Amino acid sequence: MGIPTVFITALPTIAQMVGANRIVRGVAITHPTGDPSLAAGDELALRVRILDRAVDMLASDVAPRTVWEIDG
Amino acid sequence: MTVVHYLNQFFAGLGAEEAADHEPVRLDGAQGPGKALAAAGLAIDLTVACGDDRFALDENECLATLLSWIEEADADVVVCGPSFGSGRYGYACGVLARELGRSGMPVVAAMTPDSPGVLASEGAAYIVPTTGNVAGMRDAVPIVASLAARLAAGDPVGSSEEEGYLPRGLRVNVLSDELAADRAVGLLLAKLGGEVRTEIAPPTDRVAPPDPLADPTAALVALVTEAGCVPQGNPDRLPTRHANVWLRYPIGDRADLAPEDYLSVHAGFDTTDANEDPDRLVPLDAARALVQAGRIGRVHDEFFTTTGVDTPVAVSRRMGQEIGAELRNAGVDAVILTGT
Repeated sequence: MGIPTVFITALPTIAQMVGANRIVRGVAITHPTGDPSLAAGDELALRVRILDRAVDMLASDVAPRTVWEIDG
Repeated sequence: MTVVHYLNQFFAGLGAEEAADHEPVRLDGAQGPGKALAAAGLAIDLTVACGDDRFALDENECLATLLSWIEEADADVVVCGPSFGSGRYGYACGVLARELGRSGMPVVAAMTPDSPGVLASEGAAYIVPTTGNVAGMRDAVPIVASLAARLAAGDPVGSSEEEGYLPRGLRVNVLSDELAADRAVGLLLAKLGGEVRTEIAPPTDRVAPPDPLADPTAALVALVTEAGCVPQGNPDRLPTRHANVWLRYPIGDRADLAPEDYLSVHAGFDTTDANEDPDRLVPLDAARALVQAGRIGRVHDEFFTTTGVDTPVAVSRRMGQEIGAELRNAGVDAVILTGT
């Protein structure tokens, strides 16, 4: 049943309110998977770290409406 | 006033599990629990019944038959159940209620609040909450009979709070004697006192977390977004707000979402940073890096997109179900969804 889905968003409380179960806190509303203040290489490294965290969550049993930080 | 009652094989007296494959039948007057409803003042004109397994296996056919009989009877109200904690019967009641509701027919059902019939009914029925087994019949019957009689007569029915049925997800305008400011202060004082109340409950849509990926390194992962990311020029005219459509675009041959090829048309946030590098919204370059590193198997060769601005929950739910069905057909194992 169901396809495991991880929601990357800077507004995790809203994601919880509407019932998302796997939530990773994104960087900002306007750029959830990036950070314009970083150099390009550092930004890609951050993005890979966010997705790595997201994949960890996809492979983990979680309680309903769980939020993970990028570095946890 | 014409009242039709829907029962499963068991409550209609057709048999137990051995009769679960029973085809839809019409029975005169009240049967089984219908007699209790009649005793509570709701005379049943026609009973329609169907085996639980038959309904589950031939849903469309059974529905068509039952709906045609109910239409033929010129019903003023339809009662489904009580189905108590029965999963299959509850589901059949919910589906029947949903279809009847689409044609404007009032429906009263009764089941446990966690019955699959509650979700299946999509708010079409007045559902009286019951206990898990038939012991709750005595409590449910008078409420069902009273609601059904008033609905059939076109008489007003109160809110879910007043009447005791499960919330239907509808908001109804009412006149209050108290000013909004007074009511707001009242709610705030109640909250400070530890009692959290609301006049407008947020819609809830709870699903259990799907099982985790057993092996991410073999997984086909799809990228989905509500950030309004589309090819430059927005060729399919994705609305910038109030979107009721989703779109998909091939990315099979791309290393990332380059700014000269993609942009966000989302009207709900400042897209300046995102449009300098759309991977900040749809992280294709990082997903490719994870494939390269052997962390995930593959990235699905198209991404799905819409704009989530001023989008009603019901529309979001439909789009989610549609995208989910596409992903399921494509054999996708997991989804990375980004939101702004």
